Amino acid sequence: MFKKLAIGAAFAIALTPAASFAAGGGDQHIEDFHFSFEGPFGTWDQNQLQRGLQIYTEVCAACHGLRYVPLRDLEALGYSEEEVIAYAAGNFEVFDPELDDFRPAIPTDHFPVNDGVGAPDLSLMAKARAGFHGPYGLGINQFFKGMGGAEYIASLLDGYTGEEKEEAGTVLYENAAFPGGWISMAPPLSEDQVEFADGHPATVEAMSEDIAAFLMWTAEPKMMERKYSGFVGVIFLTLFSVLLYLVNKRLWAGVKGKKHA
Amino acid sequence: MFARHTPGAGIGENLVSHAEDHEGTRRDFLYYVAGGAGVVATGAAVWPLVNQMNPSADVQALSSIRQDVSGVEPGTQLTVKWLGKPVFIRHRTGAEIDEAKQQDADGMAELIDPLARNANLKPDAPATDANRVIPSPEGEAPAAWIVQMGVCTHLGCVPLGDAGDFGGWFCPCHGSHYDLAGRIRKGPAPENLPIPPVEWVDATTIKLG
Amino acid sequence: MSGIPHDHYEPKTNGEKWLNSRLPIVGLLYDTLMIPTPKNLNWWWIWGIVLAFCLVLQIVTGIVLVMHYTPHVDLAFASIEHIMRNVNGGYMIRYVHMNGASLFFVAVYIHIFRGLFYGSYKAPREITWIIGMLIYLCMMGTAFMGYVLPWGQMSFWGATVITGLFGAIPFVGDAIQTWLLGGPAVDNATLNRFFSLHYLLPFVIAALVVVHIWAFHTTGNNNPTGVEVRRGSKAEAEKDTLPFWPYFVIKDLFALVVILVVFWAIVGFMPNYLGHPDNYIEANPLATPAHIVPEWYFLPFYAILRAFTGEVWVVQIASFVTGGIVDAKFFGVLAMFGAILAMALAPWLDTSTVRSGKYRPMFKWWFYLLIIDFFALMWLGAMPAEEPYATFSLIASAYWFGYFFVILPILGVIEKPLAQPETIEEDFNAHYGKADADATPAE
Repeated sequence: MFKKLAIGAAFAIALTPAASFAAGGGDQHIEDFHFSFEGPFGTWDQNQLQRGLQIYTEVCAACHGLRYVPLRDLEALGYSEEEVIAYAAGNFEVFDPELDDFRPAIPTDHFPVNDGVGAPDLSLMAKARAGFHGPYGLGINQFFKGMGGAEYIASLLDGYTGEEKEEAGTVLYENAAFPGGWISMAPPLSEDQVEFADGHPATVEAMSEDIAAFLMWTAEPKMMERKYSGFVGVIFLTLFSVLLYLVNKRLWAGVKGKKHA
Repeated sequence: MFARHTPGAGIGENLVSHAEDHEGTRRDFLYYVAGGAGVVATGAAVWPLVNQMNPSADVQALSSIRQDVSGVEPGTQLTVKWLGKPVFIRHRTGAEIDEAKQQDADGMAELIDPLARNANLKPDAPATDANRVIPSPEGEAPAAWIVQMGVCTHLGCVPLGDAGDFGGWFCPCHGSHYDLAGRIRKGPAPENLPIPPVEWVDATTIKLG
Repeated sequence: MSGIPHDHYEPKTNGEKWLNSRLPIVGLLYDTLMIPTPKNLNWWWIWGIVLAFCLVLQIVTGIVLVMHYTPHVDLAFASIEHIMRNVNGGYMIRYVHMNGASLFFVAVYIHIFRGLFYGSYKAPREITWIIGMLIYLCMMGTAFMGYVLPWGQMSFWGATVITGLFGAIPFVGDAIQTWLLGGPAVDNATLNRFFSLHYLLPFVIAALVVVHIWAFHTTGNNNPTGVEVRRGSKAEAEKDTLPFWPYFVIKDLFALVVILVVFWAIVGFMPNYLGHPDNYIEANPLATPAHIVPEWYFLPFYAILRAFTGEVWVVQIASFVTGGIVDAKFFGVLAMFGAILAMALAPWLDTSTVRSGKYRPMFKWWFYLLIIDFFALMWLGAMPAEEPYATFSLIASAYWFGYFFVILPILGVIEKPLAQPETIEEDFNAHYGKADADATPAE
């Protein structure tokens, strides 16, 4: 029936994300990695997040900050309070206006701001990029594959071709995932650059996935809580709608005749 | 209210089937369940709106702080801010420990407030010196450290250290005298200085909260 | 209050009489809640309640968010992250508010198109329709200013582009734009006033909603047949209507909860699907995003804005006739607001004597085409401003105006309507049959 189709069409199109319309800058190659946190029931892989934190600390932190992420939140990665205290004090110094001096970081501090070389902050990077688009601006890919922020990060880190060129005094590196194809960030990862305590292989691809998962966590630390609320809410509202359907049917039964149409 | 004026307007009245009674029961049951679900939905919607006004995670994180006290020599006191209020961390000398013991022996019966007011102990613990001090870390004399809120229990002023008739603290606002264990001895204050949740993390670090 | 005869509240006890003689509030609530409502209303009539729910939802979640938000260019973005990370349940409240805006617009568009199909704008409901259009304009203003508050890249550049529209007004445009922004560009002054107005406008909407409801409670609801409720006597009116409570309250509530299932799934599982990733980058006045795209609910009108470029002959004529005062940019702005004005003028542009599209065999197809046109414009508004999209946009925009200014007036003259039912009761019984015991539902 037309009306029912119309409702369906209205919803499908109304849900088309503006994001998907932002044309993706030509022929980027974004690989659809399978992350453990994807889908309605996906959860964080805590070991992966810990590996990601290690890569961030040993590699990315040299240039990139995580200004919006409080260090205390690292307890969600499975670290104890003592471990977080040790991690904060051992890796970062922050400026304390009360002391008017730098001091070792404590858990209530955030990861430091790092804009020394103009590298973007990574706190929200996994939500500030969309890996998937289209087709034809309809947002269907994002509906089925997700926004693809983490996929974009992993594809980018794993997407260097090895080519480089110099342009206006800046060295650019060819990257299959970067819009335009040439990025000013030198390939940050190399095989076995980081040694993981859990013995996980440190290939460039594996590390790219680990850091992408970690950055998804920094961007959306409450993802599991959110999905849980979503799940409970959907189940409850579905049951509630069934009850209201029955109430409505009873209510109108006295008004409507018994004609079967 | 409404149903009374328009017969048949209320849900129940509209659906009265003249046939069987048990159908009526089933109908009522459905309405109660649906109504109950509505109440649950409303409650679930309202609670987050209330809860968001509770202290946020960044504020809660400040409810527990660590303080390095390695620089606090015997006979001195460090004042730190915790939960927006001053906390006195007093490192007693040997003489002060002895004097506090003497105060304990002399005047337990004369205490204005007989309770320890120590958040680390039961509420009815008596206000002995032993119940007021924090157990010392290894290698230090017992009763060498006392940690208490620096807020006069009278009207909330900050008492002065090393002052008053009992060698402890003295509140300049209305003249309350506290002894070496922070117990009220003289003046208008009703209670001993409260002792916050406190413990040693290691030999030189105190954790408040 | 209503023109349809029905029971009114009679105070019984002394207490009720005491209150009623001083403040007849119970009577007012009673009349509002028990308003006789055409019993043949179909499922397209549920969106009013959804809209009322959205307004309350947005006001409540908005007030809560304000408790943690800081309207300052240096702190706004960080305060949103504070809400997302630190505030108890803050991430849910913010995602509900974000997606609540989208639900609001889904509902308002369906509500508007329902009115356009069933002729709800026609006499005597013109005032209801005009108030509705004002509500819609206020919603657009509220949504636009709300989108600026997180101070992301799209917030900033959206504000820059949209306030730039006012700069297109001849002679006084620059002065108006500067006045709107409180300076030469979008900055702290802009953020603060947008915050203030974003908080104010929902209450203006609430007041307009009261007037909207007052107006259609006076004329009575339209219904799928467009046939008016019989008003000769109370008994006659009761054959066509049922009281709003409980019949339509429960029906609408059921529909609302079904819609909320979908809404909650989006909030829980894909809360950023309708947003733009660039808004998770803090505003930077020195770097424009590659594509500035408004939120989806502005896209149809954004497409109309962009459709009229300097190459279009209508624009060239307008420019020539006005001696260059109406340039392409200003023409686009006029077209965008004109597209909304066209809807507001529908009561006077539609010449048909038949109200409901159900009984208008030709109108139906033009209307369905208008819906397709609306979605086409929405899609085109998000596409880059280049061929072939520019030509498509122009065609789609032309149809939008053509529908209101050409098709509606002509159809009323040339169309031969189908037979309409005599009464609402007849229509209702044709669908559901007569009730068992009696024609009157309330025994």
